[in-house]
Amino acid sequence: MSLKKISKEQPEQFKFNEKNCEIAKKILSNYPEGKQQSAVMPLLYLVQEQNENWIPLAAMKYIAKFLNMPYIKVYEVATFYSMYNLSPVGKNFIQVCTTTPCMIRGAHKIVEACKEKISKNENELSEDKKCSWVEVECLGACVNAPMMQINKDYYEDLDKEKTLKILDQILKGESPKPGSYRGRLNSEPENNRKTLLDIKNA
Amino acid sequence: MLKDEDRIFKNLYNDFGNDLMSSQKRGDWSNTKEILEKGRDWIINEIKASELRGRGGAGFPTGLKWSFAPKEKGSRPHYLVINADESEPGTCKDRDILRFEPHKLIEGCLIASYAVNSNKCYIYIRGEYFNEGQLLQNAIDEAYKKNLIGKNASGTNWDLDIYIHYGAGAYICGEETALLESLEGKKGQPRLKPPFPALIGLYGCPTIVNNVETIAVVPTILRKGAKWFSSLGKPKNTGTKIFCISGNVNNPCNVEEEMSIPLKDLIETHAGGVIGGWENLKAVIPGGSSMPLLPKKICDTIKMDFDSLVAEKSGMGTAGIVVINNDQDIIKCMARIARFYKHESCGQCTPCREGSGWMWRMLERMAKGEASKDEVDMLMDVTKQIEGHTICAFGEGSAWPVQGLLRHFKKEIEKRNNFNPLVNRNKDIPYLVDQHLLDKKNA
Repeated sequence: MSLKKISKEQPEQFKFNEKNCEIAKKILSNYPEGKQQSAVMPLLYLVQEQNENWIPLAAMKYIAKFLNMPYIKVYEVATFYSMYNLSPVGKNFIQVCTTTPCMIRGAHKIVEACKEKISKNENELSEDKKCSWVEVECLGACVNAPMMQINKDYYEDLDKEKTLKILDQILKGESPKPGSYRGRLNSEPENNRKTLLDIKNA
Repeated sequence: MLKDEDRIFKNLYNDFGNDLMSSQKRGDWSNTKEILEKGRDWIINEIKASELRGRGGAGFPTGLKWSFAPKEKGSRPHYLVINADESEPGTCKDRDILRFEPHKLIEGCLIASYAVNSNKCYIYIRGEYFNEGQLLQNAIDEAYKKNLIGKNASGTNWDLDIYIHYGAGAYICGEETALLESLEGKKGQPRLKPPFPALIGLYGCPTIVNNVETIAVVPTILRKGAKWFSSLGKPKNTGTKIFCISGNVNNPCNVEEEMSIPLKDLIETHAGGVIGGWENLKAVIPGGSSMPLLPKKICDTIKMDFDSLVAEKSGMGTAGIVVINNDQDIIKCMARIARFYKHESCGQCTPCREGSGWMWRMLERMAKGEASKDEVDMLMDVTKQIEGHTICAFGEGSAWPVQGLLRHFKKEIEKRNNFNPLVNRNKDIPYLVDQHLLDKKNA
């Protein structure tokens, strides 16, 4: 269970824009009639997308009305799951995996790089207010460790130098190429492949 | 080594592309209609005969699970839910299936839905796998367009709709009842069992929950026959399995291999061996972080299947192999795993909520050598208090790795933490307090 800080500065109102209203209605149709509460998780994501990567309390109230459910239940969901940000984060949100498989391949060096380039502490905005970073639990790319996630993309097979380079690009406003940074194909054994070599696509 | 033609996931590394055209070239969707026409009972019996066991961790026989679903559809609809909330540290097999073999999964969904009488299938993907989910969504759209799923799917008179639902970073939602809670729009806290989801599951309706890999291998089994599948591996532990080898190896990788392959072979052949040589091996976590680790002595001979690993008081789990060599501090590694469990405990049952943090704090101190002699046994006691006293298996999952550490590396811990507790040395302490809680910020 993660403890999460709720931002002290809250906007007074929240409303889906027209485009997201359409998307929200489409999401609702994915679930059986009368079970619209199921849509609370996708809708919270939608809020996050519209509202610069975080969810204000006003949005939770809005969703509660939208789905005809008690506000506290939306609040419960938003605080339970770790991927909902309840206070502002950077536009570029960097998550560094530090669980054991990444740790033994040197995840602390990625953390160091983040500390150098972005901010001293996690969840702190960088100088230009555009980036923040956080240590997270296993992101599920263990054979490509160490790795980090920037917004929706995975950056894999990193070391400190490569991380510094990626972060530099991010700070400059570029979007570096996601994937493996040692040039290997996805999760294949690098330079040691013994399987699926001769099979043609037939 | 398994022959290439016996491998099920031929596009594991995305050599060929994941679109419908190239998937069909690999044999997906080739005779789905014929398979479904053989009938429900034939499908379930064939899966039973193949002795396929669930690939999500518990290893429950899949055919048996399907047969628990009510035979006739009553007033309530049935649901099939695919568990793609892969968050076990050391495991990343489902990610590659979602990315590169989505059509195997979708075809499996159609067959499994038909077998358990369901017209709706939800795929619950962890929120971090957003891109992977999009790739799967593209594949689903392709399949709808070609009428492989949807109304009268593949011309079989069976309707099937598939929806993707994203999680939001909660490990506990990999537990099937927590996953259903989450899918219903609540916080992911596991339900008491019984009733089992097969009778009362999603929205109170009969629901079958299966792992991605389990469903994705089903079409190939039915095509090539149960005999072929059960000829691989050994009885009760049949077939092939994707192993994820991470940690201190030269070439960490995902690889599909036969069940019951010796661990040493697996690491040396595919992962390029342990960094510093086999002699430099310290321990291996054989099945994702929940499974107790094995010291080198056992790793020399152990075979990777459900029963052999249980015999060594560990388990197959998700087959996420984490290799740890002598350059690492084993106590620190396990302390980090304990921190993972502390972070991910859902907070419903007291033994797990409190115990997971307790274990983490003790292990952190043990890694630094700040614990006293008698605390080593106390730690074992704490794990025993958690194990079996919680609603879901998360309690076991958090306690087992610590028990594994104590079972095999107790001497090392004792060597590092070898002093008498403060109360024994200093009799003037006014009253007994948890000394370590006072001076640490993480209390």
